[in-house]
Amino acid sequence: MIPGDGIGPEISQAVKEIFASAGAPVEWEDVDVTPVKGPDGVFRLPQKIFDSMAETRIGLKGPLATPIGKGHQSLNLALRKSFNLYANVRPCKSIEGFKTPYDDVNLITIRENTEGEYSGIEHKIVDGVVQSIKLITENASRRVAEYAFKYARENNRSTVTVVHKANIMRMSDGLFLKCCREVANKNKDIRFTESYLDTVCLNMVQDPTQFDVLVMPNLYGDILSDLCAGLIGGLGVTPSGNIGEDGAIFESVHGTAPDIAGQDKANPTALLLSAVMMLRHMGLGDYGRRIEKAALDTVKDGKVLTADLGGNATCSAYTKEICARVQNTP
Amino acid sequence: MVACLILRKAHFYEPISEPVSHPEGNNTVTLVPGDGVGPELMNSVQDVFSAAGVPVDFEEIFISEIQPGQSATVQTVVESFRRNGVGLKGILTSPSTYKGGVLRTVNMKIRRELDLFANVVRVKSLPGFHTRHNNLDFVIIREQTEGEYSALEHESVSGVVECLKIITRANSMRIAKFAFDYAMRHHRKKVTAVHKANIMKLGDGLFLACCEEVSKMYPTIKYENMIIDNCCMQVHCVNYISGARHSFAEAVGKNIANPTASLLSACNMLKHIHLEYHSRIIHDAVLRVIKSGKVRTKDMGGHNTTSDFTQAVISSLHH
Repeated sequence: MIPGDGIGPEISQAVKEIFASAGAPVEWEDVDVTPVKGPDGVFRLPQKIFDSMAETRIGLKGPLATPIGKGHQSLNLALRKSFNLYANVRPCKSIEGFKTPYDDVNLITIRENTEGEYSGIEHKIVDGVVQSIKLITENASRRVAEYAFKYARENNRSTVTVVHKANIMRMSDGLFLKCCREVANKNKDIRFTESYLDTVCLNMVQDPTQFDVLVMPNLYGDILSDLCAGLIGGLGVTPSGNIGEDGAIFESVHGTAPDIAGQDKANPTALLLSAVMMLRHMGLGDYGRRIEKAALDTVKDGKVLTADLGGNATCSAYTKEICARVQNTP
Repeated sequence: MVACLILRKAHFYEPISEPVSHPEGNNTVTLVPGDGVGPELMNSVQDVFSAAGVPVDFEEIFISEIQPGQSATVQTVVESFRRNGVGLKGILTSPSTYKGGVLRTVNMKIRRELDLFANVVRVKSLPGFHTRHNNLDFVIIREQTEGEYSALEHESVSGVVECLKIITRANSMRIAKFAFDYAMRHHRKKVTAVHKANIMKLGDGLFLACCEEVSKMYPTIKYENMIIDNCCMQVHCVNYISGARHSFAEAVGKNIANPTASLLSACNMLKHIHLEYHSRIIHDAVLRVIKSGKVRTKDMGGHNTTSDFTQAVISSLHH
């Protein structure tokens, strides 16, 4: 458990309490990931996170504040690289009782998370001319495509749509598309469709219910997954998981909310739903189902809600309500 | 894609009256019908223009990447655009399967040749046509000569492709200045630079720095910047132009395509060549038809054909 900064400690405490009420067989090991200065003067992630992840291979993470300036690498990026977290998975499902202009949204975005526009390779050629490199490789593209089909099958989903821009980036997105087509050919039980990013964006705001599982390169995934989060009410209710070769880390993707930190006002829903994804990933889906139902019922009832969900309850009252419900959920 | 600017808040159009005298002679305008439903939509524009007595002659040139046999060359199109100074273009389909050879699409070539650096899309809710988001009114201005659309790609080793995104100071300054000038001209209050400079620190960083620099020259216009994903989550911009960004090939010949976007683009063109009066009457006619809600194409929830809609616009021209 990486509680994180700002409201992180409060919401991770809430998750622990709810897990305890559900009797989920999970033991937590708290890890602080504040970078420590090594003997060579370079800041790095503390050794403890590597030791802990090597043993558990699974983690839950609250929001992290990346120190600004002085060339600090983003902590999220450091974790992603350290554990080869190649696929970011974000289910977007409408929450009953939390009204947005869209109902019945139920889709998954799967984003390639290691390369593309985020390769970090940039340089100034001459003054006033910058070149950034978008890197697409066959291995990474195939890996994420395979995961998308695996996810679709394990979660009883019917369709995988690849989102691309191969009409413009004919070679790079062309390669991504080609890999997806090849993987699709080996997974004929799942329907496969292709769509341009701009078309998907247009259709998404018109009628998001037509989408199922979407797989795409890094930048498109970053943008589209936040757009989808907006459809169901924002990052405060959107869970997320990072699947890697050396483990998986589930996280809430909202900020640290320093303005309300320590005031018992935070909304733990996103982290809780991420923890539910984690339970499913661990094969403890039944506990996941019970916790999810308790949380969604609480929102649906609308009696005990945090301020951002339209209520006036504290984080601990909201947590207590979910705990009570989870004990009564068969 | 990432490098774009959004302008907010507008006034309504100032009242406008018919010019005392029509300008002498007709303006010649290049017309590229495009692929898919493009030709049908352009017919609709031509019909409405002639009914409204717009003093414009079209020079029609067919160019297509998917029907190379009948296609004119990029050079012909470019020369025509250069001679006439202005044109209307339907959508040109770019095939998504790359079979080697030229990376640049025909669209990109035309843009590059003519140095069409700014793409302007006005997003304004149409009164009477309800969508999930109403009362929208903003303008998206996009730099379209460089960035991810530079068409510089190569396979370094097998299975590894590098795609170059180029950002230059010259083009970033130019688009930023265009956006602020546009804002001044159209009485807009705020310009938002949309970027991903947290990730592409140098590339988008340069774009952002240019916008900031230009904003200092326009103290009356508010300036802010926003990361693209945050922007997407908050804006949820709605586009009423179904099928307008792609050629909607499955609708060809069925007389079902919606000519609204083509007509409104044509109005923008008329304004650009100072035919404000004609632009205004066609624009108002289109809005009247949509507001009344009687004649609607399928994408807007109706059952009318392209020609029905065109006729409805024509008959509401002089109300």
